[in-house]
Amino acid sequence: MPDQLIYAMEVFFNGLMAGVLYALVALGFVLIYKASGIFNYAQGVMALFAAMTLVGVMEGQVPFAHLINAVLGTKVHHFGWHLPAFVGIITTVIVMVILAWLVQRIIFKHLVGQEPIILFMATIGLAYFMEGLGDMMWGSEIKKLDVGLPQGINLWIDETTYNIFDYGFFIDNLDIVATIIAVTLVASLVIFAQYTKEGRAMRAVADDHQAALSVGVSLNFIWIMVWSVAGFVALVAGIMWGTKSGVQFSLSLIALKALPVLMLGGFTSIPGAIVGGLIIGVGEKLFEFLIGPLIGGATENWFAYVLALLLLVFRPQGLFGEKIIERV
Amino acid sequence: MNTDDGYITEDGRKIGGVVMEMKNITLRFGGVTAIKDITFDIREGEIRAIIGPNGAGKSSMLNVVSGFYVPQEGEVFFRGEKRPPLKPFEVARQGIARTFQNIALFEGMSVLDNVMTGRLTQMNSGFISQALWRGKAEREEIENREICERVIDFLEIQSIRKTPVSRLPYGLKKRVELARALASEPKLLLLDEPMAGMNVEEKEDMSRFILDVNDEFGTTIALIEHDMGVVMDLSDRVVVMDYGKKIGDGTPSEVRNNQAVIDAYLGVSHD
Repeated sequence: MPDQLIYAMEVFFNGLMAGVLYALVALGFVLIYKASGIFNYAQGVMALFAAMTLVGVMEGQVPFAHLINAVLGTKVHHFGWHLPAFVGIITTVIVMVILAWLVQRIIFKHLVGQEPIILFMATIGLAYFMEGLGDMMWGSEIKKLDVGLPQGINLWIDETTYNIFDYGFFIDNLDIVATIIAVTLVASLVIFAQYTKEGRAMRAVADDHQAALSVGVSLNFIWIMVWSVAGFVALVAGIMWGTKSGVQFSLSLIALKALPVLMLGGFTSIPGAIVGGLIIGVGEKLFEFLIGPLIGGATENWFAYVLALLLLVFRPQGLFGEKIIERV
Repeated sequence: MNTDDGYITEDGRKIGGVVMEMKNITLRFGGVTAIKDITFDIREGEIRAIIGPNGAGKSSMLNVVSGFYVPQEGEVFFRGEKRPPLKPFEVARQGIARTFQNIALFEGMSVLDNVMTGRLTQMNSGFISQALWRGKAEREEIENREICERVIDFLEIQSIRKTPVSRLPYGLKKRVELARALASEPKLLLLDEPMAGMNVEEKEDMSRFILDVNDEFGTTIALIEHDMGVVMDLSDRVVVMDYGKKIGDGTPSEVRNNQAVIDAYLGVSHD
């Protein structure tokens, strides 16, 4: 087999893995959009906030340490404990549920029935607020996140491929774990939406608020539930990206990478988010590998957006989105 | 609760005690008074109509009954108990189902899924077992499905069970909405203009279904309708509203001969 093709295969697999991570972020958007019609600009910041909280809890950081010290003149920074990962994750989940409740209670409860653009603006405000809150609670330095996920080259794949192609593929263990977790997460979300009473209620709310009320569905409860689930998805995405490249501000920007994924997959489709993520992940890696050298590289920065733009021209509802038909 | 034993209708059906009682209801929107001091009751097993000219406050009244509006004054009694101000979904959970004047269906779902949402309040197995499709959840889903299928058969919409609602014509959508409301096995069924915008044939179908539902399941029905002929044929007792006030209440023949009602409908000069 020619070398070029073997390299391309390796790039393809790495692209798939990267795509899974994009898909995870996009999934959070889809959940909230499906259930409430809100495009949640704060999804990326939620991932950052969740990851920061996780590190803070595990390392025993005192929340608001700088603020407390400045006001009271004390010098507290750490509680002096190190908690195991699962305690940290459970605590963070609780924090994200409380956050979901607050967001619903303080912001969106008062905006029921408003124009989508107003809801969108509210999420921009929420994004900046949470960014500031995160910094104030846990400090703005780059933090290392280690919840015990395996990292580094997968030797088994390396050896096996070496035996077949005379060239060992470099696949990161973390990416494999991320893929498994993402697939599980998506499968459980789809089952949840299709087969449970809460899932059916969620789809009902997404479709028509009045009708949902008339069959006995509490809008408030469903929205808090959806924001909690989106918070949980944000936490998973935060763990993956945080483990990969440290918990830092740039993590909130992965939300921007999720945009082309959403355009591709459609804003309302859970499977769409996955397929969209994979296409973008594989597409940008392969494009960089095959076409990049011819046009001077750095195509990864724009490839996803151009692809999404092209798709918008031909299929505005995305690959899996619900087709918009208007009767005249 | 009014525990008297009801009455016998003109066509000889026996009507039971009071299910729902509205006492001195007043509803205002800012400076506009939509409903002024209205009192009436709905009895077990009857078909009760609310009629009146446009803007009389009929839909507002129905929205008070179903909890979408909370009146400023007055009391609502449901099955003998005073009802505190509830959210619409809580009212629905008490067993009051409704349809809307401008159809409110889940357009993206199939007819069957729409009807199944009517059963949401009746499901109480845990969501893990529902997701795993085991034990109680499985039995429950099958039971609920059977009830829905019976309603679907009854309303003769078997052939469109799997069709997405957004593809259906107006008349069928109205019927699906009725099916969803029926699926919850309501103690009181509210119909907001079930025949608005229908042609004669569709109206006849709908009238037949309303009578059959009442007859077959004994469902108590309160409905709003414009078409006088239909109302007089269907209902056992009629409340007539005009400008937010009650101007008549009684059997169709009583109401038809009520001078205030005739004036409201035909217009009368106030000089």
